Amino acid sequence: MAELTEFGVAAIRDGVKGGTFSAREAAEAYIAAMEAGRALNAYVVETPDHALAAADAADAARVSGDLKPLSGVPLGIKDLFCTEGVQTTAGSRMLEGYKPVYESTVSGNLFAAGAGMLGKLNMDEFAMGSSNETSAFGNVLSPWRRNDGGNVALTPGGSSGGSASAVSARLAPGVTGTDTGGSIRQPAAFTGITGIKPTYGRCSRWGVVAFASSLDQAGPMARDVRDCAILLEAMAGFDAKDATSLDLPVPNWEALLSSDIRGKRIGIPKEYRIDGVPAEIDAAWEQGIAWLRDAGAEIVEVSLPHTKYALPAYYIIAPAEASSNLARYDGVRYGLRVQPAQGGLNDMYEATRAAGFGAEVKRRIMIGTYVLSAGFYDAYFNQAQKVRALIARDFEQAFAQVDLLLTPTAPSAAFGLGEKLADPIAMYLNDVFAVPASLAGLPAISVPAGLDGQGLPLGLQIIGRPLDEQGVLNAALAFEERAGFTHRAEAWW
Amino acid sequence: MSVDEAKVRHIAKLARLAVTDEEVRALAPELSNILGWVEQLGEVNVEGVAPMTAVIPNILRLREDIVTEGDRRDAVLANAPVAEHGFFAVPKVIE
Repeated sequence: MAELTEFGVAAIRDGVKGGTFSAREAAEAYIAAMEAGRALNAYVVETPDHALAAADAADAARVSGDLKPLSGVPLGIKDLFCTEGVQTTAGSRMLEGYKPVYESTVSGNLFAAGAGMLGKLNMDEFAMGSSNETSAFGNVLSPWRRNDGGNVALTPGGSSGGSASAVSARLAPGVTGTDTGGSIRQPAAFTGITGIKPTYGRCSRWGVVAFASSLDQAGPMARDVRDCAILLEAMAGFDAKDATSLDLPVPNWEALLSSDIRGKRIGIPKEYRIDGVPAEIDAAWEQGIAWLRDAGAEIVEVSLPHTKYALPAYYIIAPAEASSNLARYDGVRYGLRVQPAQGGLNDMYEATRAAGFGAEVKRRIMIGTYVLSAGFYDAYFNQAQKVRALIARDFEQAFAQVDLLLTPTAPSAAFGLGEKLADPIAMYLNDVFAVPASLAGLPAISVPAGLDGQGLPLGLQIIGRPLDEQGVLNAALAFEERAGFTHRAEAWW
Repeated sequence: MSVDEAKVRHIAKLARLAVTDEEVRALAPELSNILGWVEQLGEVNVEGVAPMTAVIPNILRLREDIVTEGDRRDAVLANAPVAEHGFFAVPKVIE
């Protein structure tokens, strides 16, 4: 039998169900891979006992005939999800040692469906970053390397960098991610895996450490479209504890998967052709268009006129919400406290926050505080929310003509660690193609398209109408069948 | 919008962030650059456009005004840096 780490979510579920191998064997194989993969720094906490307990429960359930949808599947959980009794840091010194006394709804849903937890996955601090370099617990390395023999350490993308690296290096069959402005899709593209951000409101935000609440959305990352559909089905669902949770039934996304997209109209937004994007990204996009045409879709050029304003609008709205959300880290109820000698309450707040937050988080808190401050609120925040309304309207008008949109996921392949650290705006530009769908709350997936000349993965993004995860998944499946992406990073770790 | 060092200190004060002189010197041009870049939003014609308030139309639900998860004092205090006598403890604020 092949190495069990060759098996993804569906294959483990089906293998356990059919008795080809035990859930315990699968969990042990992934625990061994996780431990052997420590050089990637993908996990910040390992929880082998959790994975093994779920596996033993799955093996017992098989005997008694009580298997659940994810029985026997061990998963990695991004460290943004509160996990009861297990350290949850959001990648920040501020929360080092914090052990939640409750479980996030999404991780709780996965565990109730029979999944176990291999460990908590590294990430950019408070999900603010596109390279995982803002984590207080060290960079995550991508398993991928350029084919020039130089072995330069590459970013797995961010903020879900540990999640992406773990799936790509086969240290987990599937993981959770979160996406505020591309944090599932960009790392998925950088590491040659698949990741979907569902419609805003599909997955409960309860117990997910908040960054920008009007944008934050959880989603799965895995090796293929089917595995993403399976995981999303278990993660999603109405939750009374989240005021923005959508009170809608969860569709049977996996059962309804179909790569038959004949007659679907797929829009190609012309504003996504921007200067400075490598020719290989355009070539991958053209190839993707050809594959979807081959699948029977009709390709239509569309216009999203306010695209160029999405990123600046995002960098007002997200920091504004972050500065409000992160006000809770005051050294009183949880997390770090730094108490200067002779200091009062305000000194404690200021010293705690100065010591607990990293540079990028401070930068965004400062921007957010500035744009919300007296005299600037209208010029910045209100203007950005109006532009956001126009961006959503652009999509609405495009979706009157087409069913889906196909775009690149990111404007480049993975870059080297340190290459973009000096210039915050250059780093922000990574999310230029991902942010518009976030601002409009739309479901969007990244699927691997191929390798560039340096041997690094490139991804394309499929965006759908609100609540049309099925359409997105189906088109992604048709794409996946044609792309036949089987490349993987050679193990060096 | 150019952000000078005095402005940086004011914003840091509002955000309850202690900043060193070195951080202030670094943040002033960084914030100026970022704010200069986002100011391109000013060129968008937003006449008659209402600011977005909900990204996906949703009903604002009300729940019953009842205790759902009460009597968990110790759990609430479990992660407090300092808890005393069943309360969160903070430095003395009244002389």
